[in-house]
Amino acid sequence: MSTTTTLEQPKTGTWDGGNEPMKASYGKLMMWFFLLSDTFTFGAFLTTYGLIRHRHNAYTGTAEDFTFSTAYWPIPEKVFNAFPGFHGVDLPLAFVALMTMILILSSVTMVLAVEAGHRIDKNDVQKWLLWTILFGSTFLACQAWEWSHFITGSDQGMLMPDGTRFFGANLAQNEYGPVLFADLFFFITGFHGTHVFSGIVLLIIMFITTVNGTFQRRGHYEMVEKIGLYWHFVDLVWVFVFTFFYLV
Amino acid sequence: MASTDISLHKDVHHDHDAHDEHDHHDQHFIFKYIFSQDHKVIAKQFLITGIIWAFIGGALSSIFRLQLGWPQATMEWLEPVLGKWIEGGKLSPDFYLGLVTMHGTIMVFFVLTAGLSGTFSNFLIPLQIGARDMASGFLNMLSYWFFFLSSIVLFFSMFLETGPASAGWTIYPPLSALPQAMPGSGAGMTMWIVAMALFIVSQLLGGINYITTIINLRTKGMSMTKLPLTIWAFLLTAILGVLSFPVLLSAVLLLIFDRSFGTSFYLSEIYVAGEALANVGGSPILFQHLFWFLGHPEVYIVILPGFGIVSEIIATNARKPIFGYRAMIGSLLGISLLSFVVWAHHMFVSGMNPFLGSVFMFLTLIIAVPSAVKVFNWIATLWRGNIVFTVPMLFSIGFVSLFISGGLTGIILGNSALDIQVHNTYFVVAHFHLVMGSSAFFGMFAGVYHWYPKMFGRMMDEKLGYVHFWLTFIGVYMVFMPMHYVGIAGFPRRYYSWTSFDLFSSFANINMYISLAAIIAWLAQFIFLFNFVYSMFRGRKATANPWRSNTLEWTTPVNPGHGNWPGPIPAVYRWPYDYSKPGAEDDFIPQNVPFSQTQSSNLPHDKE
Repeated sequence: MSTTTTLEQPKTGTWDGGNEPMKASYGKLMMWFFLLSDTFTFGAFLTTYGLIRHRHNAYTGTAEDFTFSTAYWPIPEKVFNAFPGFHGVDLPLAFVALMTMILILSSVTMVLAVEAGHRIDKNDVQKWLLWTILFGSTFLACQAWEWSHFITGSDQGMLMPDGTRFFGANLAQNEYGPVLFADLFFFITGFHGTHVFSGIVLLIIMFITTVNGTFQRRGHYEMVEKIGLYWHFVDLVWVFVFTFFYLV
Repeated sequence: MASTDISLHKDVHHDHDAHDEHDHHDQHFIFKYIFSQDHKVIAKQFLITGIIWAFIGGALSSIFRLQLGWPQATMEWLEPVLGKWIEGGKLSPDFYLGLVTMHGTIMVFFVLTAGLSGTFSNFLIPLQIGARDMASGFLNMLSYWFFFLSSIVLFFSMFLETGPASAGWTIYPPLSALPQAMPGSGAGMTMWIVAMALFIVSQLLGGINYITTIINLRTKGMSMTKLPLTIWAFLLTAILGVLSFPVLLSAVLLLIFDRSFGTSFYLSEIYVAGEALANVGGSPILFQHLFWFLGHPEVYIVILPGFGIVSEIIATNARKPIFGYRAMIGSLLGISLLSFVVWAHHMFVSGMNPFLGSVFMFLTLIIAVPSAVKVFNWIATLWRGNIVFTVPMLFSIGFVSLFISGGLTGIILGNSALDIQVHNTYFVVAHFHLVMGSSAFFGMFAGVYHWYPKMFGRMMDEKLGYVHFWLTFIGVYMVFMPMHYVGIAGFPRRYYSWTSFDLFSSFANINMYISLAAIIAWLAQFIFLFNFVYSMFRGRKATANPWRSNTLEWTTPVNPGHGNWPGPIPAVYRWPYDYSKPGAEDDFIPQNVPFSQTQSSNLPHDKE
């Protein structure tokens, strides 16, 4: 009887168990949930940025008359206007735009590496992983230059109450404006940079494992895909960091 | 067929056991019991660590209750234990603050988060959904060892010369951000932060494991609406943890920078000992927002596992289906969702905009709705049930009682106007100790008594269990009911001494009474400890399904080995609450019995 057979079989729908309802292995799900939690970490930092910035006065004068002062939050174009090799030239946000482009390019090469993994093409995976590592490292190098420029400061510096001049910024003093501007800049871009750095370490491990042929023997490159998820996430976070620190 | 199947499994199991000892001779003790990747062993590790912490946490509270209950007494007799924290026969006020802080931190995080959901999520998720183990045994093991490391750091912070962290378990800056502010804000605070960072890593590793296991590893037929309510509760607990703990991590990272690297995220315009600090522009309120964004979901992380455990035990022992299964899931979802949008009700007096206060008050009071749904469902499940008063059942009923008593005062505290009167008084202390502290403990006790036979293959002693229950139940009410009165009178929490306020001298007796009850209730827990350890070796041998329960863990052998089921994993055909189904032979039908074998009791919709 047909009813008996249905009574004897467990149900087999998408969510009825015995399968992977989201069509994702447990490892990939874990990466997604980790990224979700990391979103909250960054979310907390960016909220902090927003709240602290809100506590400070905004600059109300014209852009031409802008000078650095602790009385108001600085205009980012006036702070980040340097470019390596172009000393003294005002190039607002040019360098950070380049950095951002490099990071987005690294995301593109990552996609290509994952795609090559789907084709089980070892050589292509190696090639695109290497490009991703290269672009990622370039981004970090750019950030290092950006930081060092920020720390060294402008030529004029800031006049201190005791008559001396202070150049650049650290965690307790800042020639560009309120000290928290520098605190948040170092903290949030530093935290993001740490993520990029971890990503590069993971990518190097992936590269070595690929060269050794481990994934080829395993028959799939899912590990590269998982690290790819992380890498795209880190890029996406940069888009938000970039928006908050440089554009808004 | 399935029933023969079960007995068949048993036979296989005996074979398997003998076989096991042969086969795993090479599995070293260290990998079998210490660095184990078996979810059952990890669960026991969490449980035993949690129990040790609970006794330490209880001991700390007994010491500060001595101070509150007998402020004139000399405490020289504690000198051999506390050493120089007893100054001239008196408890040092700095150490008192450290005691309060450590009591809160230990109980909330180390006992009722790691000890409770660490134990039962690990133990029950694979067993009840029909999986051989967690998705990743290795991450699961790491989760325990990060917790262990964190425990070590926090434990040693209590032996620092300057004392442990003392700014309260909420570690509000500037007190916690300025090492020079008080002795406990020095090295003790640093170690507290390190311990918490490790703890958060442990929680994340555990949490993502629990979630993915529940999504991907359910056995055939185990749909989301056939899951036992325990699993729903653990799933949502894990989601809350994964989403809220990272925010605490953010908060303490910023705090580390303020403490050690001279930033001003939480600091602005401060004088310490008449000297102005350079910090400007930050906001201590910011920390409160970040902290309570974790802190409020955290109290649900503590209580949700209790909800699940209690629902399961009440249905089993009332021999009735849980009343409103879907409403139970819905209310769990509702509570979880709301837990993220009510955090500022902890900050009504922080100077935030009163309009914002009323928004948070509105959202907070909505939580009463799903909570009431749960309470009424438990009561309706008990209603005209065929109740078996086992020890876990008593603790579950006790849980419902405490949850109601504590929940009612939550409505008062959630009201932003009323909160101004009772904020930071013992009224708050009484409220949360009943509604989340003691309740969660009762959930934990219920769970330990109920699943002990599955954990250790033996039953805990019932008579000792009854004594333990009644002493604890009465003790808890004797401690926290009078505390409400003290709180309404304005008695502030965390104060070392109240004798200089004439207003409060009439409360001397009531404080002594509370202290006495607290210490007796703490001592009663040693009955549990004895029972727990003794039964492991001498307890009555358990049968495969001692509570005649429906869920899958009872289809495993009495002592399940690695992989849980010696044969194939059972498939699931029905929900877990087919108790006393009309027309059925027994008053319970396990989840793995197909409908074809229960023709006499099938309902029209079962045949679809």
